[in-house]
This record gives sequence, C-alpha cells and structure tokens, in this order.
Amino acid sequence: MGVVAPNAHGINNFEEALREGRSGIRFIPELKELNFACLIGGVPQDFENVRKTYFDDETLMSMNDNIGYAAVSAVDAWRDAGFSVPDPHDDYVDWDTGVIVGSGIGGMDTITNILVPMVTQGKVRRMGSRIVEQVMNSATSASIAGLLALGNQATSNSSACSTGNEAIIDAMWRIRMGLAKRMLAGGSEGPSPFIWAGFDAMRVICRKFNEQPEAASRPMSATASGFVPGSGAAVLVLEDLESALERGAKIYAEILGGAVNCGGHRMGGSITAPNPEGVKRCIRAAVSDAGIAPAEIDAINGHLTATFADPYEVKNWATALECSPKDFPYINSTKSLVGHCLGATGAIESVAVVLQLYKKFLHPSINCEDLHPEIAEFENKVPHKCLDYPELRTIAKAGFGFGDVNSCLIFKTWNNNQRSY
Amino acid sequence: MDEQTIFNKMLEILRLYTKDPNLLNKATKDTHILNDLKVNSARLVDVIIKCEDTFGITVEDDEADKIGTIGDAVAIIKTKLG
Repeated sequence: MGVVAPNAHGINNFEEALREGRSGIRFIPELKELNFACLIGGVPQDFENVRKTYFDDETLMSMNDNIGYAAVSAVDAWRDAGFSVPDPHDDYVDWDTGVIVGSGIGGMDTITNILVPMVTQGKVRRMGSRIVEQVMNSATSASIAGLLALGNQATSNSSACSTGNEAIIDAMWRIRMGLAKRMLAGGSEGPSPFIWAGFDAMRVICRKFNEQPEAASRPMSATASGFVPGSGAAVLVLEDLESALERGAKIYAEILGGAVNCGGHRMGGSITAPNPEGVKRCIRAAVSDAGIAPAEIDAINGHLTATFADPYEVKNWATALECSPKDFPYINSTKSLVGHCLGATGAIESVAVVLQLYKKFLHPSINCEDLHPEIAEFENKVPHKCLDYPELRTIAKAGFGFGDVNSCLIFKTWNNNQRSY
Repeated sequence: MDEQTIFNKMLEILRLYTKDPNLLNKATKDTHILNDLKVNSARLVDVIIKCEDTFGITVEDDEADKIGTIGDAVAIIKTKLG
C-alpha cells in the first residue's frame, strides 16, 4: 500500500499518525488571500521535496499535484507489494497487472495555472506538450501504467467522494472475473483552491474553526460545521489470492466483498444528498457479497465528513446492519485527521482500515468529545483514544458522494493459516 | 553567436527532455534528437519553445518539421541569429 495524506506520507508514518490521532489540517494563507470563508485544509506536507526523491526532472514536468500524489502512492504500494520499479528503457510489460486510480475533479491546477491563462491570452502555440496528459480524466492511471509498465486495464473512474472506494471495488471485480492477476487501485485529488471554491460557495465546508485548524474536522460532533477540504492519494495493490500465495507476498488483509449503487436522487436523495434507502441497500449488498452476517462486523470506518449528514449516516448503518446502539460495531472517521480528501478519500481511508486490521487497533475519531445529541446512544462505540483491539477481524468501509452515489467495502484480517488453496 | 556556442546551448536544452542525459555525452551535430537521444516525439514542441526563449527567435512550424538532428536545429538557429 502507498499513501500520501495530509498527516503523513508512507504507511509506517501514516500508522503512527492514525494511532496518535494526529491532525493534518493547517491554515492555508492562499485561501485567506482569495477571500474564502474556510481558511484551512489538508495538504500533504513537504511534498515538493518528497516527489523529487522519486522522479527525474523530465518526469516531474508532466506531474501536477493530482498525478504526483497518485504516482508516489503507486510506487510506494508497488515496492511494498514486493516488486521493483522497472527501468524505463526496458521493454518488459506486465500484462497481468492493471490500474484503476481515479479522481473526483482532477488536474485543476494545470487548468487554472496554465491552460486558462494561456488560452485566454492567445498563447496556445506556446503551451507546450504537457497539458492533455495532465488534464485528461485518466491522467493518474496513465502515468502509473507508464511508470510501472502495466499492460492490463489502465483506467480512471470518477464518482465524486466515492471514487476511491469504487476503484477498489472495480479492481476487485476485474480480479474476480479472472481478467487480471493484480490491480493497483486507489484515488487521488490535488489541493487546488479552484477545486475547493465551489464547496466554499455552497457553504458546506468548515468556516467556524479557522483559528483552530486541528480542531476543525469534527465528524459526529455536535459542533461540526462542515467538512474540511483535503487532498492526497492512496493506492492499494489487490491480488488474486493464488498469485499472492504463490509468490509469498505480504498479505495485509482480504477484501471479502463490496458494492456500489446510486440512490437515483429520489426518496430524499438529490445531487448533493443521499437517498437513505440507497445507502442501506449498498451496505447490505456489500455485506451479502462478503458472505458474512452483519454481526460479524467489528468496526465501521464511516464516510462521516463533519456535516449535518453524520447522524443520519450512523442511523443508516444501524438500520442496514439491523443492530441497536448496544450491539453496534465501533465507528470512527479518518476524516477527523485528514479532512475530506474528495476523490482520494475512499482510498486513503481504506489504507487506514487495512492498517488497523493488520495491526489490530482502532484509531481515535478526534474532535467529537461533544458527540452529536442525535447519536448520543452510540457514545461507547466511538473511540476517542487509540484502542488496542486484538480480536479485530472485520471492518466495513463506506463512501458516499455527490450524485447520490454509494460504495461499501468489507475488509477482513488475513490469517495465513485460513486457506490452503 | 558561433556554431559551437549554439550547439552547447542546444545540448543544455535537450538535457531537460532526454530520458537519459548520458546520451548527450557522445552527441554530435549528426545525433538524431528522437532516435538517438530518445526524446519523446511529443516533447519536440517543448524543445522548440525553449529554443525560441533561449535564442530570442521564432521558429515556424514548417521549419520545426525539418529538424531531425542537433545539427539541423543549430543551422536554423544560426541562420535566424544572422
């Protein structure tokens, strides 16, 4: 796995940040200059220097932030999976491995910093050759396929804030269908104010905690006042079990199942709000696909963005899993630490889920000591401090996005002795 | 500007676009930019823009189409500089 998150780069650092409950939310001076109401955000720190240690100058010239985050995450994931980055002059192509890495919005920095100014100034002739490859919707997957010489499917999905989860589910299906041995799957999103501006204009991002950035992302809190915009990327290497066992790969966890759907913008759903029936159906479909009973779920990593929707989400989980607050699984929100990383969020949070399963802990869901009164009955199910959990076996991860789209994944601890085929 | 100076500046420009800068060590006027230096063909427009900025000239599209080797580029630039 590879992760470039606002609070850490690399899975070891990320695990440490999760355990500590370390926030990656900072004051962003540019937002103040641009008269945003929200002046804070989650941006991977020192990334300019990080990426220079991965790629040469020629390669970096084709990497906007969105691609850079994805590419570093992919290289980290590839190496972590036991592979080496191929020589660009070597003609070997890995036909068995593909990539699905998407974005919610994508290469906005290239559009705003280069494309729009140069076109409007009549300087198209001098724009150079690197615009299309950075603004095309498949920019991230195309870059990764080239870096790693991948010869199976290379594509980028997009389903708003459900993108990262959806990529993992699509990749899972490609492997299940026998069309690929392994797939890199994940999501990425740059930190452009031009991405965040639309959300600021909608008054859905946090504007009440500009003086306390680390306290600003408050999922499930009574004082939550909107999500904190974030950015970054994460990539997971999914592999056919037989292939992984054959080559003695380190197996972090098993993906038992997953599901995606859309609420159809009906029954209370809209372009910006989820149809509760759609959410519940998606969760149930994922549980069914995983072949487990709802009671087997030990913990939930929610979508939980720090908006008015959080209490509804918690109740939807309870209805979908048919459990009372008393027998409800633990629930936490990685967004409390990194903000809402939009197209990257499902991937970053899935890495958090897998690390928690692998190392048997639940990270604190910070900034919700004042739990929302509508979910007061769930108080004992929200870890405010890092929780060691030796019996942890199964975590459900959900994501919901604009467009009334839903996604849910079921991850399980892998035990080397559990299967022998 | 003499031919050797233009040639040296061209090498510095091409250094930005070749995947293997070591290939520039043996470069001559006959070195082909795409075939020998392994510059991605899409990047030729970037090389032209860099040349325009570096030498303060304008290279028309039909002139750029005729550039295959470093020597071709040096000759066009020398003519334009007068």
